[in-house]
Amino acid sequence: MSLTATLQERFFRWALRGHAPEPSPVILTQRRVYVLPTRQGLAYAVSLLVMLVGAINYNLSLGYALVFLLTGLGLTAILHTFRNLVQLRIAPGRCEPVFAGELASFGIVLTNRRDETRPAIRLRLPGQTSIEIEVPEQSSLEARLTLPAPHRGWLALPRITLETNYPLGLIRAWSYAAPDQHCLVYPAPAETAPPVPAMPGEDGGAARVAAGMEDFAGLRRHQPADPPRHVAWKAAARQNAGPLLTKLFTGAAAHTLWFDWDMLPTSQDVEARLSVLTRWICDAHGAGLAWGLSLPGSELVPAGDDDHFHACLKLLALYAQE
Amino acid sequence: MPKSKITSPSLVAKQSLWLFGSALLVLAPLMPHLPQWLVALTTLTLLWRGILLWRHLPLPSRWLLVFTGIAGAAGIGLHFHNLFGRDPGVALLVLLFSLKLLEMRTRRDGFAVVLLGFFLSLTQFFYAQSIVNAALTMAGVTFTTAALVVLNHWRQAPARTLRLAGLMLLQAIPFMLLLFVLFPRVQGPLWGLPIDAYGGLTGLSDSMTPGSISQLSQSEAIAFRVKFAGKYENKAPPQTTLYWRGPVLSQFDGRSWRIGRVFVSSRLPYQASGEAIDYVVTLEPHFKPWLFALEFPVSIPAEGLMASDYEILAKTPVRARLRYEMRSYPGIVTGADESPAILREALQLPPLSNPRARALAVRWRADFGVDDGAIVRSMIEFYRRQSFVYTLSPPLLGEHSVDEFLFDTRRGFCEHYSAGFVFMMRAAGIPARVVTGYQGGEVNPVDGTLVVRQSDAHAWAEVWLKGRGWMRVDPTAVIAPTRIELNLAQALPAGEARPLMALPGFVWLLQMRYRWDALANVWNQWVLGYNPQRQRDLLASLGMRSPDWQQMTVVLTVISGALLLGFTAWALYQRQRLVPAQAAWNRLSRMLARHGLARKPWEGPFDYAGRIAATLPPEKAALAIEAARIAEIYADLRYGENTPALAAELLQEMKMRISRIRRLEPLLPAGVSRV
Repeated sequence: MSLTATLQERFFRWALRGHAPEPSPVILTQRRVYVLPTRQGLAYAVSLLVMLVGAINYNLSLGYALVFLLTGLGLTAILHTFRNLVQLRIAPGRCEPVFAGELASFGIVLTNRRDETRPAIRLRLPGQTSIEIEVPEQSSLEARLTLPAPHRGWLALPRITLETNYPLGLIRAWSYAAPDQHCLVYPAPAETAPPVPAMPGEDGGAARVAAGMEDFAGLRRHQPADPPRHVAWKAAARQNAGPLLTKLFTGAAAHTLWFDWDMLPTSQDVEARLSVLTRWICDAHGAGLAWGLSLPGSELVPAGDDDHFHACLKLLALYAQE
Repeated sequence: MPKSKITSPSLVAKQSLWLFGSALLVLAPLMPHLPQWLVALTTLTLLWRGILLWRHLPLPSRWLLVFTGIAGAAGIGLHFHNLFGRDPGVALLVLLFSLKLLEMRTRRDGFAVVLLGFFLSLTQFFYAQSIVNAALTMAGVTFTTAALVVLNHWRQAPARTLRLAGLMLLQAIPFMLLLFVLFPRVQGPLWGLPIDAYGGLTGLSDSMTPGSISQLSQSEAIAFRVKFAGKYENKAPPQTTLYWRGPVLSQFDGRSWRIGRVFVSSRLPYQASGEAIDYVVTLEPHFKPWLFALEFPVSIPAEGLMASDYEILAKTPVRARLRYEMRSYPGIVTGADESPAILREALQLPPLSNPRARALAVRWRADFGVDDGAIVRSMIEFYRRQSFVYTLSPPLLGEHSVDEFLFDTRRGFCEHYSAGFVFMMRAAGIPARVVTGYQGGEVNPVDGTLVVRQSDAHAWAEVWLKGRGWMRVDPTAVIAPTRIELNLAQALPAGEARPLMALPGFVWLLQMRYRWDALANVWNQWVLGYNPQRQRDLLASLGMRSPDWQQMTVVLTVISGALLLGFTAWALYQRQRLVPAQAAWNRLSRMLARHGLARKPWEGPFDYAGRIAATLPPEKAALAIEAARIAEIYADLRYGENTPALAAELLQEMKMRISRIRRLEPLLPAGVSRV
């Protein structure tokens, strides 16, 4: 690590008062809001200096007054910019799990307890572009910050930089916050995977045939992952502009499948195996099948609902991780 | 780290509109001081920009603007014969500013326009620093600040933006006052000023040609103000003694009169005698060395020296408003033993000029012999007998101007009469010279100061008579006695063009002008005239023992630090401000917290009340009921719709019930704290 990077890291640790992640809500107290002039602010100061010299040289009393008024304006800009950020409250919001390789989207709840709105606050995660929001008076809103999630497991929300140049752009006030928030990252589904094991007729001991697979059980809203042959096309034709519907079948599946860690060749490494399992689970869920998952040391009994889907993926995401 | 700001975001229409509007406000006050072709060019540019904004059309190509810019700069160079003076500088800035408006694409361009706007606001003070200018600048600065706000955040209602800009400027005013009073002042200039730094000012000059003073008399600008002391406090000595002596013109080249050679000293060339008049003069800057004083001054201000022709000359041209105390004795006899060199100069005439006047003077000399007094009297008689007319618009005069005036046109203003008189005296061999200055003035009844305007500019004559010294002769007094006894307006015949204020029937206007002048005087004395000297005096009177710049800096730092702290407190203050109902509700929670019944952050009022009821043993039911009612009121106050009166009543009840709980509090068993 280079010297500047080390110093920067130490500064961030100091700026966050030592303990990141912080307990929620994080309140940006006056001690942790920093204020410095922007490049425009420096240009403004230089202009004022030139104007002052002009006023002195030509003995312009009102010139002095104007320069001093604008100096005062610069000073009040410091306060207004500082005030736009100080005492803002930050709490973690919703954060949906994503697959590795996608963008994790962290919800950050910002609360403004003041009677005035706080416009033009920018939020930024390290290395990402910033988003600009306005927090209205006496209210909260959830900002969403995205971050690439390259690896499975828990992705911690890194240090957030909150900054504002409002109202004059001459001054930048900024602060750091690291609320305790994590995004669950599922393994990426393998792009090329062996077919879902244990198709009908095959009996590798991994698939068990379930009953009642053909019984129509009702309709629900179509989701992109639903197989096209389950779409209720007749129903869609009957109505004009309604949503597409998907037919559900009792037992939720024609087959109950078992996805076993040991079914995969040992030549593959752990991540590749997890990817394949993820792929299978996604396919099975998309096809409306029920499945069970068996990993070394843990097993989930077959089911086909969304909770089971997420529980399986979570198990895969956190496999062999602390 | 943030390196993504290499390209500045482009401007949205709303931002351009604000910048355009503020540019109009900033440019408007400068227009009267620019060359007319530049005014036309700027107006065209602004119109063009306005149409582009209105129609949402794209900006013109950069090459066109570069071309216009170069052509405009060349025009300015040709117009002023110079590119680096004050006026060409302002003209260039205006040109640049109006073209920048057409080349404003990104936010950075917008910021440049804002900075240029602030700069241009300053330049209008080159030309005038009146209260009106200050107000105009304030409007321009407010809008420019608002434009800067919009530049940073355009999704905001215009009224809100303006209010914010106004608020920020209001908060800036304490800093401005503080800096204005305490910032260590330096007397400019810091370096040599361009020659045109003082252009465009009216006032007496070091030469006089026919028409130069009548031109001045059209100007209502104030030359100086006088505050008399003692006997004449809040009024003035009789008008006929109010001769404010300025440049003495003793050289004549046949057409114009110029100042002669003078010697300066710090000693008085005459003895004080007669009645003394004490007064304080506040002289407007006129960029010439004359310090005007009543004839004849016996005190010489520190800034000046006495010249051999009895005028006071400042050591440097009067660039800033100057205040000096004076004492004059109107009855002094001057020049009883005048030096031959000066007398020789006072006899000089160009040969061959004005033969008719010379012939008349020679005839008088022949008639009266050595009696100089008789010749003076004949000349006065000449003016009185012939039908001379006092007018502000005399006909143009040719080569022999004195001849034509005395014998043909006979219409003239004070400079004609004094010049004719002096010429005749010299032609007859009597030393004489033209004295210019101001005559009279007007007492402002509001604050009792005598205001002397440029329109009071006057020229009279001085003749030197053996044994009696220099005698003042004012030929204008012969032609138009009211000019001297009253003022210019009364002296002019009916039908003569005169300044608006001097028109009869404008008394109310005159009254307003008195008020305004009194205000302007305060403004001049305390705002515009606040120079290093005034600053030292003021700070000394405020108790600073030796107000040097170190002390001022310390005091300035301390007070502005305190101000900043105050404003920071304001910035942080809102934290504590809760809706009263919420404050009361929090108080209840704090009260019960001691017994482990603090409200959980996520608990709504009814949940909380329910938990209290569930936790408390049955014998404390009274308390639970109380809490339930409080929760109900709180929910109503927060989420219901109540008239203000009803809300106040409910709040009252809520507070009352909370204090009742406080009394019931001992009832709470310590055991409930850990349920």
